[in-house]
Amino acid sequence: MIYLMCLVLFCTGVYCILVKKNLIKIIIGIGIVEYAVNLFFVLVGYRAGGRAPILAEGQVIQNMVDPLPQALVLTAIVIGLAVTALTVAIAMRLYEKYGTFDITKIRRLKG
Amino acid sequence: MILPLFVAIPLGCAFLVSLLGKKLRRFADTFSNLATFSLLSFSFLSLVLIKRLGTIVYKVGGWIPPIGICMVLDNLTSFMLVTINLIAFLVTIYSISYMERYTAKWKFYTLFLLMLAGMNGVIITGDIFNLFVFLEIAAISSYALVAFGVEHEELEASFKYMVMGSLASSFILLGIALLYSYTSSLNMADISRVLAQKGNSKIVFFMGVLFIMGFGLKAAIAPFHAWLPDAHPSAPAPISAMLSGVLIKALGVYALARVFFNVLGMTAISSSILMVLGTISMVLGGLLALGQEDIKRLFAYSSISQIGYVVLGIGMGTPLGILAGLFHLLNHATFKTLLFLNSGSIEYATGTRDLRKMGGLSLKMPVTGYSSLVGSMSISGIPPLSGFWSKLLIILAAIEAKHFIFASIAVLVSILTLAYYLKVQRLAFFGELGDSLKEIKDVPLTMKLSMIALSIICLSGGLLLIPGIGKNFLNLATAVLVNGNNYAQVVFGSIK
Repeated sequence: MIYLMCLVLFCTGVYCILVKKNLIKIIIGIGIVEYAVNLFFVLVGYRAGGRAPILAEGQVIQNMVDPLPQALVLTAIVIGLAVTALTVAIAMRLYEKYGTFDITKIRRLKG
Repeated sequence: MILPLFVAIPLGCAFLVSLLGKKLRRFADTFSNLATFSLLSFSFLSLVLIKRLGTIVYKVGGWIPPIGICMVLDNLTSFMLVTINLIAFLVTIYSISYMERYTAKWKFYTLFLLMLAGMNGVIITGDIFNLFVFLEIAAISSYALVAFGVEHEELEASFKYMVMGSLASSFILLGIALLYSYTSSLNMADISRVLAQKGNSKIVFFMGVLFIMGFGLKAAIAPFHAWLPDAHPSAPAPISAMLSGVLIKALGVYALARVFFNVLGMTAISSSILMVLGTISMVLGGLLALGQEDIKRLFAYSSISQIGYVVLGIGMGTPLGILAGLFHLLNHATFKTLLFLNSGSIEYATGTRDLRKMGGLSLKMPVTGYSSLVGSMSISGIPPLSGFWSKLLIILAAIEAKHFIFASIAVLVSILTLAYYLKVQRLAFFGELGDSLKEIKDVPLTMKLSMIALSIICLSGGLLLIPGIGKNFLNLATAVLVNGNNYAQVVFGSIK
C-alpha cells in the first residue's frame, strides 16, 4: 500500500515537471520526485515492528530496522538541498533578466 | 597509495583556490595548472603500477570491502583516468588566457576542479552509492559552470540542463534503491556476485531500464539529448570542451558500461537497446548538425552523433566492438576538445559564433585554422588521422557481429559528418576575409599551445593500434568489460 503511495508521489512530481509552466512549480516538482525516491529508499530498510538498530549489552540481534538506507537518504537529502538551492538561484537570475517566471516566455534558444 | 589522490587533489585544490584565489593574483592560474598536471602524471603512474601489481583495491577508512567503501583501480579505470586528466590539463592551460574575459576567474577554477574531482571519483570508485554521490558533485558543478556567463541564454540553458539532470539523478537513485533491496549490498563487486547467484529476473531488467534512462540522459544519447545542444554552447569554451569531451563520457558512457557489463551483466536485450539508441543518436545528431549556423551548436550536435558511435560500439558487446568503442571515446575526447577550443579562439578573436559572419580566418589565425582542419578531418574519418581508425573498427566490428544494417548506417553517418565539417571549414576558415575581420589577431600563446598539443594527439592517435605501442593500453581496458561478472572475483582477489 505505502509503496503504491510512493509511486503516486513520484508520478505527481514527474507530472509537475512536465506540465507546469511556472519555474517555481517545476522546482517544487523536482523536490517531490526526490522525496518520493527518498521515501522509497527508507521503506526498503523498514521491517514491520522493527526496533531501532542500537546494539546494547545483553540484546539479541533480531528484527532491527536496516540503518544503512537511512544514512544513504541523509546524503541524498543533502545533495537534493544543494540542487534546489542552485535551481532557485538560477530561477531568480532568470526573473531578473526576463521579468517573468513563465517558461513559455523564456525561449531565446531554439532547435 | 595513489588511489585516493585522484579525488583528494582536485577537492583540496578547489578548497584552496576558493580560499586564496581572490586575494592573490595568478595564484588560481598556477595552482590549478599544477593540480591538473600532477593528476596527469599520477594517471600515467597508475598505468605503470597496474602493470606491475595488477588490479589495486584501496579500502577507504580501512574497512573490508563488502562492508566498507572501496576504490578500485583496474585497466579500464586507468584508461579513463588518463583520458580525463589529459584533457583537463590541456583545458586548464587554455583557460589561463581565455578566461581573462570573465570576472572572478578563481570561481571558475574552483568549480572546474570540483567537477574534475567528481569525474575522477565516478571513475575510480567501487561502490555504487559512492558513484552516485560523485556523479552529483560533477553534475552540480557543471550546472553552475554552464550558467557562468549569467546572460539570458546561459541561464535558460542551465535551468533546462538542471531540471533534466536532477530527474536523471532521481532515476539513478531509484535504481540503486532497488538494487540494494534486491541484493542487500552496495559494493559493485559484491552486487555482481549476488546477482550472478540469484540468476536473471524481471526486476534486474527494470533496474537496467532505470539506469539506461539515468546514465543515458547524462550521456545525451538519442531520446534524452535535448539538454546538450543548449547547455554545451552556452558554457565558456573551455567548459564546453570539458563537457563534450569528457563529462558525458565519464558520467554517461563509462557508468553505463561499468554497470551493464560488470554489475548487472550484459544480456541480449540490453545490448540491442544500447545499439538501437546509439544508432538513433548517430543519425539524429548528424542530421540536426547539418542545419546549424552557430558554430558551437553545430559541434554540440556532432557530439551527440559521435556519442552514438561510442554507444553502438560498446553496446555490441563483442571484444572488437568494445575496443572500437573505447578507442572512439578516447579519440572523440581529443578532437572534440580541440574543436571546441578552436571555436573558443574564434570567439575570442572575432566576438562572433555565427558561421555566416566568418570567412577566411585561416589567413589571420593560422594556428587555429590548421588545428581545426586537423580536428575536422579526424572527426569525419579521413585516413590516416585517429578518427578514421576508430570508425573503421566500429564498422568492422558491426560487420563481424553480423549487424549489417548498423554497419551501413555508420558508414552513411560518417559521410554526413564529413559534409557538415566541410561546411564549417568552408564558411569559417576558407574563402574571402570579411571587412569586419581585417583587424583580428591570432590568440595568445597558451591557447595556441594546447591546440597544437591536441592536434598532435589527433595526428598520431592511429599509432595506438600498432601492436606493442598502445595496443595493450586499449586491449587491457577492453578485457575488463569483456570479463563481465568475473569483476567480482578480480576485486575480491586483490584485497589484501
